[in-house]
Amino acid sequence: MSQVAEVQVGMASCGIAAGAEPVFQFFAQNLAQGKVQVKPVGCLGMCFSEPLVAVVTEDGERFVYGPVDVKKAERILAEHVRGGTPVEDLLAKENGFFTKQVRIVLENCGMIDPTSIDEYIRRGGYEALQKVLREMTPAEVIEEITKSGLRGRGGAGFPTGTKWSFAAKEKDPVKFVVCNGDEGDPGAFMDRSVLEGDPHRVIEGMIIAGYAIGAQEGIVYVRAEYPLAVRRVRQAIAAAEARGFLGRNILGSSFSFRITVKEGAGAFVCGEETALIASVEGKRGMPRRRPPYPAQHGLWGHPTVINNVETLANVPWIIRHGWEAFARYGTEKSKGTKVFALAGKVRHSGLVEIPMGLTLGELVLEVGGGIPGGKAFKAVQIGGPSGGCLPAALAHVPVDYESLKEHGAIMGSGGLIVMDEDTCMVEVARFFLDFTQKESCGKCTFCRVGTKRMLEILSGIVEGKGRPEDLEVLMDLGQKVKTYSLCGLGQTAPNPVLTTLRYFRDEYEAHVREKRCPARVCRALLTYRIEPELCRDCKLCTKACPVGAIVQGAGKFQVIQEEKCIRCGRCREVCPFGAVSVR
Amino acid sequence: MSEKTSGPKVHAWLEEFRKYPKNESSVIPLLQLVQEREGYVPAQAVRAIARYTGVREAQVYGVATFYAQFRFQPRGRHLIRLCQGTACHVQGADSILDHLKEKLKVEEGGTTEDGLFTLEVVRCLGCCSLAPVMMIDDTTYGRLTRRAVDKVLAEYRKEGK
Repeated sequence: MSQVAEVQVGMASCGIAAGAEPVFQFFAQNLAQGKVQVKPVGCLGMCFSEPLVAVVTEDGERFVYGPVDVKKAERILAEHVRGGTPVEDLLAKENGFFTKQVRIVLENCGMIDPTSIDEYIRRGGYEALQKVLREMTPAEVIEEITKSGLRGRGGAGFPTGTKWSFAAKEKDPVKFVVCNGDEGDPGAFMDRSVLEGDPHRVIEGMIIAGYAIGAQEGIVYVRAEYPLAVRRVRQAIAAAEARGFLGRNILGSSFSFRITVKEGAGAFVCGEETALIASVEGKRGMPRRRPPYPAQHGLWGHPTVINNVETLANVPWIIRHGWEAFARYGTEKSKGTKVFALAGKVRHSGLVEIPMGLTLGELVLEVGGGIPGGKAFKAVQIGGPSGGCLPAALAHVPVDYESLKEHGAIMGSGGLIVMDEDTCMVEVARFFLDFTQKESCGKCTFCRVGTKRMLEILSGIVEGKGRPEDLEVLMDLGQKVKTYSLCGLGQTAPNPVLTTLRYFRDEYEAHVREKRCPARVCRALLTYRIEPELCRDCKLCTKACPVGAIVQGAGKFQVIQEEKCIRCGRCREVCPFGAVSVR
Repeated sequence: MSEKTSGPKVHAWLEEFRKYPKNESSVIPLLQLVQEREGYVPAQAVRAIARYTGVREAQVYGVATFYAQFRFQPRGRHLIRLCQGTACHVQGADSILDHLKEKLKVEEGGTTEDGLFTLEVVRCLGCCSLAPVMMIDDTTYGRLTRRAVDKVLAEYRKEGK
């Protein structure tokens, strides 16, 4: 048995939220003296087992434990770190989580201390930058990226090499590279994890992009809701400057480049590139007409390349390994991998990176480990509020830009929410529309007013006031909002409604015709009832009811008075005998 | 309005403003700076920012009101941000919101009578696998239940400050 060299604790935002801090402190205090290093690392991806602790031996063998609290940490310290025997029963169960994953963007995430530039360098970091500056012309860099088939990972999938070549052609001596880290999709945390767990990778990608298009300045635009990511990026920039990877005459070449950070201020629409530019300039983040595209006329009128965090994180890998290695993964038109944030009703919620072309079924049932609690897999919502809900029947659809689009969804930035039989698709559609409606900047009439009317109709349906003709109006209005909106927000806002109408029409019909919610979610359509034969008359429900709607029945059981009931479900939650039913 | 663009606070802000270029691109960073210091954006700060950057006051207001981050009223000592992102929504964040409103006796955006908490709803804190989630100041609490919320609130109340 080889000696333990390192104890790593996953300390991304979510790890800390799950309670990693006291575990880290425990190891740090107890191993302050001696040879074993204790270090914080980024997201390991296995969010479902957080807090996570990895014990690494001198031979490089890794044992991942989770979920770990201080009590379990005591055992790991005594038995494994000091005793040399892995604690089998505390190891995190990955059950095939990693089997189908390919890690390019996430190769370092959760493996290195993100605050240490040396660890990044030890794993091949900044090699790509050296190669580019010493051996390649800007045109060759662009050609390499073009050949690799890398496409924008922010959602739309525009070929990255082509975008760069447009900006490179411009004669303007002032150009910019902007890293879009305004990850506003509810249900997405890929960019946060990469920025927190491996910030240098994104910085390196930006410098290479800058060299390729002839820019001197880069801006990282990050959501203010991600304070740790902002901090890590700032640290990384300072460290890269100190080593001469950023600044004047990088690595002795004639190329100079600097990077600054801008914090977003909470506007979903700023993920759209022209709105993002307006925001960096200090204006209201409203999109404008394209063309001219930012690659020709961007920030302060200068050519600007805007790439998503994940897109840029792919760049150093492609340069280091060559375009062929990257293009080996994926399908004909979608190369490489895609990072997804798996969440919702799925066993292995977490951060995963899969080769393009894996099917939705493989992603949810194998990588994601299926649905917890023996419930049925019903649908996935892919692409956030701009994406669509695809039913379990489409589990054979491969995850690539074209196939998803064909079925009404989009790749999006990588949020993937799994839904089970307890999720009401009408309500989910309402939820997403509520989001986009509030985030609409108000510039285009259809996006501003059309989404509002659609939301009113949907709210009516879930409140039991739906009419059969509503469904046609929704379809019609949805199409018009898509057609007559200027930017991606409006053009995609109706997608969740249109896809659920397409794949779950029967649920809409049940709501409007029978005033029934098949998933038993929409409160106004529910009836709560206490089954007399199951009720033990303990009166817990009566005490819990906030409106006093539960009274003594004619016998040893309680009864809900329907006219008083507000359908909050509190009685069902507290009943120890499962006597409260919902219909 | 009786507030002026002078006074001790304005001087302190202007001191810090000097690190930023005197143009439009500084409007958002300066609003963020003031809110970080004061917990909200007071009217005289808007005026000071307008003067410093050379942007019209109305335009600074236009920018400040466009973005969800900025607040124009002082907030409670602790800021509760309850996540209503997709994952949290699917995992029942609605009932947590109802519970918080009931316990704190405030609506969304409101501040408790004792000034201890302000309740805000946000879209996605990016900790989806721990849904439902809330943040109090910079600390994130995950896998919330009604009982867990009570426990957390009680801890803050006990500290009292």
